[in-house]
Amino acid sequence: MRENINLKVNIGGLELKNPVIAASGCFGFGREYSRFFDIKRLGGIAVRGLTLQPQKGNPPPRIAETPSGILNSVGLQNPGVHTFIEKEIPFLRKIDTTIIANVSGNTIEEYESMAEILSNADVDAIELNLSCPNVQEGCLRFGSSAQKVESVVSRVKNYAKKPLLVKLTPNVTDITEIAKAAEEAGADSVSLINTILGMAINAKTRRPILGSITGGLSGPAVKPIALRMVYEVSRAVKIPVIGMGGICNATDAIEFLLAGASAVMIGTAGFANPMVWVETIEGIEDYMAENSINSVTELIGGLIV
Amino acid sequence: MNTRYRILKAEYLNVDTFLLTVQSELISKKARPGQIVTIKCGDEGGVILRRPISICSVDREKGTFDIAIQIRGKGTKILSKFKAGDMIDIMGPLGQGFSLYPKHKKIIAIGGGIGIFPLLQLLKDHPAENKKAILGFRNKSCVILEEEFRQACNELFISTDDGSYGDKGFVTDTLKKVMDKEPADMLFFCGPLPMMKLGVEIAKEYNTPCEVSMEQRMGCGIGACLVCVCKTKKEDDWEYTQVCKMGPVFSGDKIIID
Repeated sequence: MRENINLKVNIGGLELKNPVIAASGCFGFGREYSRFFDIKRLGGIAVRGLTLQPQKGNPPPRIAETPSGILNSVGLQNPGVHTFIEKEIPFLRKIDTTIIANVSGNTIEEYESMAEILSNADVDAIELNLSCPNVQEGCLRFGSSAQKVESVVSRVKNYAKKPLLVKLTPNVTDITEIAKAAEEAGADSVSLINTILGMAINAKTRRPILGSITGGLSGPAVKPIALRMVYEVSRAVKIPVIGMGGICNATDAIEFLLAGASAVMIGTAGFANPMVWVETIEGIEDYMAENSINSVTELIGGLIV
Repeated sequence: MNTRYRILKAEYLNVDTFLLTVQSELISKKARPGQIVTIKCGDEGGVILRRPISICSVDREKGTFDIAIQIRGKGTKILSKFKAGDMIDIMGPLGQGFSLYPKHKKIIAIGGGIGIFPLLQLLKDHPAENKKAILGFRNKSCVILEEEFRQACNELFISTDDGSYGDKGFVTDTLKKVMDKEPADMLFFCGPLPMMKLGVEIAKEYNTPCEVSMEQRMGCGIGACLVCVCKTKKEDDWEYTQVCKMGPVFSGDKIIID
């Protein structure tokens, strides 16, 4: 790290050494990418989406490539929160970075239960996934109305003894209403955007490409939508916003910071380039050096309009 | 981490399938038969995913390896434009390859279409005394790498769907005939799903162990994203397992092909 450059950010009580986080779902529990780069360089890791019980996930194919993007329908395949605590936290804790547990539930009680379990586990923050488009029940159902978000978040808040991030879905009429509801209910920050519901069809076979017919779109194709939503939400709420959606490099990340994000998450871009997280951190440093910016916080919301 | 390597040779094997010879000390030394590499297509046309491709053969002395690619869509079309001398972004070797056990004395490698490629290095590396290959193609114009396979095994059988070259019919028909005459103690399959499903059943009939190389649409290629899964047995249940990390080669008694 360069001298005189401060990359530290504070996301609603969660201290990050830099604003670049590995996005949930794309980074597993860190083991695979640790073979490619020193993952302690990350500002944080949002682990694969966890549920109370193990989940088998959706039938394959689970991915379809679309212009400048991908649709996925993994369906929250995971070993369950207990196995995560037993088998994965010991590995993750050897790494000097922030661990964010991403959780999904079928019922409010499941969200409460996981918040309680994880508050007693060695993680740094909890990210409530109210927005997975790929499961039959729960999740998106909770995330798509302000009233439901308010009720889930306020009830989870009773059990969450760690900073609580609420991940928002873009598949709503007005994302700022949802963000405000999360804030009022006690969220410490909001992260957005989750994937955009989409579909791909093979005209030759007349069948959907994905095993579960529809999936969530991510990648550069969604970046303009994500940027717009981060811009709108950061003006609508006082809590910090974590921005994501199609970030592939430092320039993309800086655009999100300027739009109002206090940190960014990167996922899909790592599929093509496993070094994307490190390159983004270094690129932000270069940009700050070139523009004589000492603290990355000076960039947050720095958009000139 | 360096992933950029030079292409030494690029040539078409038939009308839609081409072979690239790539210079890489690392990949050629580390690669085991059946493992894959993932190739970046470049930034044109909004193609963002790497393409997973089986390693076809390696030259460990020269430090080169060959991959054969069929043009199927946008990504492979972009890859087909690479020429000798170009640099290409390749990650690998990845995944689990075929098992090379000295206890297997008589093996048969059964491949269909582009599924034949990973079997070439398998035949070259396997310590068995008796190595046979059964390769199936749509028609005569699709038959490729015949000479390379002939040199890598003791006996080569070729069949085509329309009978325009070799035997008429499917590789699984040939396999039964060969097994009736001289049973093997290990079978390796790579090809279309229905062929491998039938292959696993035939292996069971003959009480012979086998391995299959699975194909699935991939995301990260290293096991993190859980996108490229197939069904495998787990005690009395089943689970979805990553093809890129735990495969692409799976044991015939572990895999579930629906």
